[in-house]
This record gives sequence, C-alpha cells and structure tokens, in this order.
Amino acid sequence: MTTSGSRSILICSGKGGVGKTTLTANLGIALARQGMRTAVLDADFGLRNLDLLLGLENRIVYTAQEVLAESCRLDQALVKHKQEPNLALLPAGNPRMLEWLKPEDMERIVALLRESFDIVLIDCPAGIEDGFKNAAAAAEEAIVITTPEVSAVRDADRVIGLLNTRGIKPIQLVLNRVRPKMMANQEMLAVDDVTDILALPLLGLVLEDEQVIVSTNRGEPLTLNGSQSPAAQAYSNIARRICGEEVPLIDPAKVRRGLRAKLGQLMQTKIF
Amino acid sequence: MTLRDFVNKLLGRQPASATTARERLQLVLAHDRSDLNPELLEQMRREILEVVSRYVEIDLEEGDVSLETEDRVTALVANLPIKRARPVVKPDAAAAAEVAADEADEPVWTASQA
Repeated sequence: MTTSGSRSILICSGKGGVGKTTLTANLGIALARQGMRTAVLDADFGLRNLDLLLGLENRIVYTAQEVLAESCRLDQALVKHKQEPNLALLPAGNPRMLEWLKPEDMERIVALLRESFDIVLIDCPAGIEDGFKNAAAAAEEAIVITTPEVSAVRDADRVIGLLNTRGIKPIQLVLNRVRPKMMANQEMLAVDDVTDILALPLLGLVLEDEQVIVSTNRGEPLTLNGSQSPAAQAYSNIARRICGEEVPLIDPAKVRRGLRAKLGQLMQTKIF
Repeated sequence: MTLRDFVNKLLGRQPASATTARERLQLVLAHDRSDLNPELLEQMRREILEVVSRYVEIDLEEGDVSLETEDRVTALVANLPIKRARPVVKPDAAAAAEVAADEADEPVWTASQA
C-alpha cells in the first residue's frame, strides 16, 4: 500500500486543547511553502476545526464522507488553499460518520491522498478511542504534541504506548506553549524533564505566543504571512526538520536576557 | 537536586513546583505503564515480603517495593533492609542448607549461588 516517497504523518496528543490542529494548520502551510505537495486530513469527525483554522470553512462542498461513499471524486472534495496552492484540505464529514467509519476507510482515504501528495498530515481527534484508532490506522509516522503540564504529559505517554504497539515509526515530540520565565523559575516542567519522561526525540519547541490566538481569529495560520513571531518561527523550523534539514532547537533559557534570567539559570544548576 | 531546591530546603520552603510535577508524573506513569493497580501492587508487596522474610529478618517498617520507570522501561524496585539472616533456612534444595546462618548482628546477605 506504500506509495513510494509519500509520507503520512499523524498529529496526535491524547489530551485535547494542547495544539494539534494549530500545529497541523501551520505545518501544512509551512510545508507547502517549501514546495511540498501537502494534504491535511481532518480526522476529527466529531469536532472538526481544521477548516476554521485554515480559513477554508466557507469553501467546503464535499467531504471525506462523500469520497468514501464514492459519490464524488477525491479532487472534488479537496479544498485548495488560495494563497498556498500546494496545500489542500480534505474536510471531515458529518459526525454521524463515526457510527460506521472503520480503520480500513481511513487507510483507503490516505492511500488515495498519497497518490497525489508528497506529505499527508492527519489531524487526530483527542482521546484514545475509536477516533484515534481510525486516524492512527492510516499513519506511518507520528508527531506527538504536548505541553509542559502533568495532565498533557501523562496523556501523551498513553498515546505513545499505543503508537509503539502499532509499530508507527518514527514518533517525534513537539513541546508546545513553553513559557521560558516559568521554566527558569522551575515553576514549569523543564524541556529535559518532558523528553526524559516520554523518551522521544524532540522535533520542536514552541513558545507561548499570543499571536497564535490572533491568527486563529483570522483563519490565517502564522506561517502563511512569514510572521517573525516566536511561534511562527518554531512552526517553520519544525517543517524544515520534517524535510530533513538540520535546524538547531531554541533554548528557552537563552530567550530571556538580563540579571534575573542569569540568576534563574544559576538556580537550575544540578548540585547532586 | 538543583540549587533552587537546595535553597528552598534551607529556607524551609516547598520545593519548586516543577520538581513536584516531575516526581508525581514519574510515579503515576510507572503505574500507568505497568497497568498494575495499587491493590495488586500492595498484594505483590506483601507476598514478596513474606517470601523474603522466610530467609532473612527484614525491617518491615522500612521495607519498600515500588515501581520505577526510565526510558519507557518500568522496573519493580524492592528496597528491603535486612536485620539478620534466619538461623534455619528451610528450602528443600540441599545446597541451600549450606548457606551460612550467621547469628551476626550485622546484615548478612548470602547470594543463593554461594
């Protein structure tokens, strides 16, 4: 079933609200800007939102549902992004699809997408139930996104366990909503804490950034307009790493300057 | 322990919340990953202590059997301070009877292969 050269990557987290859909939208745009023919598949049939974050909600005619029922062709259902023609969205169908959707259906859709795209990003629903299983069935690789909070890390751990048993490889980690100041004061789990606990390679680190909210308000992902905001840079860097480029990770401790930052760093020294 | 933890300790403050978060996570994940519920773990702990105390006298108050996890591998870690070896070791294997049953006050642990 493997379409040579084409990749299918699941974007999942376990816990809801940690930034799966935002990451999918921004990576979709960033990858497309790098010349990759990119498809984003909204696999969250219950609570779809990827269309909204990409600003494509008014242009949906058909969805994955019609494609599966063979009442339309794939290219009729795909919504091409106006400014970024390398990117297309396959919208989630009606929530009632959940009653009959099977892992094989997702495999079929993704196989179809891989025929005409270099990369297929699958936006996974929260949770570890059927929606997750369906979405994971079609993926060869995975990106797990989490925030430095106990509940998000715990849920990510459950998801990683499930991905491991499915033989999905590689699984890489994105740490989202990092607050350098809190980390410096040791009031937030450190980057190393999270990567040690989850034992995954770090694909990217996204700083907490108000611009993310502004961009979702507008339906224009940050990566679309070459924004220089911290989150925009982080998303672009993740996209470059996905394409095999070596881009150094930012160090949250270096983001802050001044005496207080220096003191914070000193206080983090491991003494025994 | 970080320098901040040390200073907090000196001043009698709570440890930084990130330290608490890490420790709580490590504990809860060890349980999640092993799929052992606390009751089962407690039962296993009792049985392990029972078996070990057939051979050596252990400090039941200090004894601790817990799950630890590193690199997604969970290990059962038992820390059982030995008071002294039992004078008589019962197991049927004749070789085991050779085990030195010292009356020494110092904790003695003789490996079973000895």
